[in-house]
Amino acid sequence: MARLFLKLSNVVAALVLVTFVLFAAPSLAQPSGSVNPRASSVNEEQLLQQFNVIRGRGSIPDVRSYTIVQPAGRDWRHFHEVTLRWIGAVAILGVLVLLVIFYLARGMVRVESGRSGRKIVRFNAVERFVHWLTAACFVVLALSGLNITFGRPLLLPLMSPEAFTTWSEWAKYAHNFLSFPFTLGVILIFFMWLAGNIPNRADIEWFRRGGGIVGRDHPPANRFNGGQKVVYWIVVLGGTVAATSGYVLIFPFYGTDIQTMQSAAMIHSVIAMLFIAAMLGHIYIGTIGMEGAFEAMAEGTVDFNWAKEHHSLWLAEEAARTSASPSPPHPKVAPGD
Amino acid sequence: MARMKFLCDADRCIDCNACVTACKNENEVPWGINRRRVVTINDGKPGERSVSMACMHCTDAPCQAVCPVNAFYTTADGVVLHSKDICIGCGYCFYACPFGAPQYPRVGNFGSRGKMDKCTYCSGGPEPDGSMAQYEKYGANRLAEGKLPLCAEMCSTKSLLAGDGEIIAEIYKERVQKRGYGSGAWGWKTAYRETITS
Repeated sequence: MARLFLKLSNVVAALVLVTFVLFAAPSLAQPSGSVNPRASSVNEEQLLQQFNVIRGRGSIPDVRSYTIVQPAGRDWRHFHEVTLRWIGAVAILGVLVLLVIFYLARGMVRVESGRSGRKIVRFNAVERFVHWLTAACFVVLALSGLNITFGRPLLLPLMSPEAFTTWSEWAKYAHNFLSFPFTLGVILIFFMWLAGNIPNRADIEWFRRGGGIVGRDHPPANRFNGGQKVVYWIVVLGGTVAATSGYVLIFPFYGTDIQTMQSAAMIHSVIAMLFIAAMLGHIYIGTIGMEGAFEAMAEGTVDFNWAKEHHSLWLAEEAARTSASPSPPHPKVAPGD
Repeated sequence: MARMKFLCDADRCIDCNACVTACKNENEVPWGINRRRVVTINDGKPGERSVSMACMHCTDAPCQAVCPVNAFYTTADGVVLHSKDICIGCGYCFYACPFGAPQYPRVGNFGSRGKMDKCTYCSGGPEPDGSMAQYEKYGANRLAEGKLPLCAEMCSTKSLLAGDGEIIAEIYKERVQKRGYGSGAWGWKTAYRETITS
């Protein structure tokens, strides 16, 4: 009996409590000064609209982990998957198609007056070494870089995933470590050929007359003609940007955050695609595009008549220098003379 | 098939970091790697909120899309997993991931990050379920045993929810309706292109 009474009293007490809570709670919540847990509480939507990224304070040493939402990653993904592939495909295939059309229309630019048999030194051993150091690194860097963007759709279907991973991993290491000799090459090229690559009046004339490539003209040119100067500056400036952004990527998160890393990857890849496209043009003219051009970088000498047709001003300078060489040093011929 | 998701009810998270510890222990996560972490926003200010964040196992996952070697795959449960045998440690998934989920065992100079590691939703990797190889590379496979990820299972305030997306969304919706407020299902819009509106 006592037990039942105890139970009943419990039930009554509970009922009283429930009624009190039910009726009193709303009135308790209303008065000013009461605690509203929502007041000034952070809200995801608001934070994203304000900063486009959500950051806070964490308790582990990895400060990168303090960023918990960065929707920009999705934009970066779109860039990498769509934008970059379009840029790369249009630039590289575009240049290839243009070169094929040009080759079919124009063919190899011949030495018009035929080979004289007399040779003249164009690039010494050091110059050739620096060129081929940079060029060899560039080819490996370009192929291993293209593998990151185009390997998955183009190469992976042709081999097993494991084989593709092995190749890609080696390509990645080659890309990272050959960046150093490549950078050295670009720096050496900059200093070595700077004097010959300052644009001057002869370049305007050279471009106006189609550079001897478009048409059959042979406009006068110094040691480097307008087109070569363009290549030089593409290598120097493009190489600098590609190397700088590349080193940001190679040393991840040293004073950089996720936004900087994303931008570095974007700049690096776009510049690299355009760089590759431009170098295709350079390779074309240096090989099948022009008779007698490749030997300048292979053996270091060119035919006298080739030099006369393509670099008449340079040949005149060289001739003046060699004829004056037994006598005391000849004053340097001013460029453009 | 269920579509597995995570949901962190920030109005319940007390920043105890038990989920972080549970994850590290259950999966034998290597030193220096945190598959899950708790971050406090507006720390020390009125209205601060703590959010437990890991891989959200996105719909149409960006990591999977950008991976140059196709190391990722999405399971029938909507869990995004990867193969450490295929990964080359290029770091691209970290740039694309909206949640900073991919982790690497080493700092990564000269591309030496090592194989990527991330939350597996406690469901291992491509090796056979329950195999030692799977455990060593990816940690526990609780999903194969019919259990949910440990981080959510042992969350003391049930702030962190794991399970079928529709069910946990319903639970969260109910909570918000009952208490009258909610700071949102953090990351859902970015990961799943949907929000929970009550």
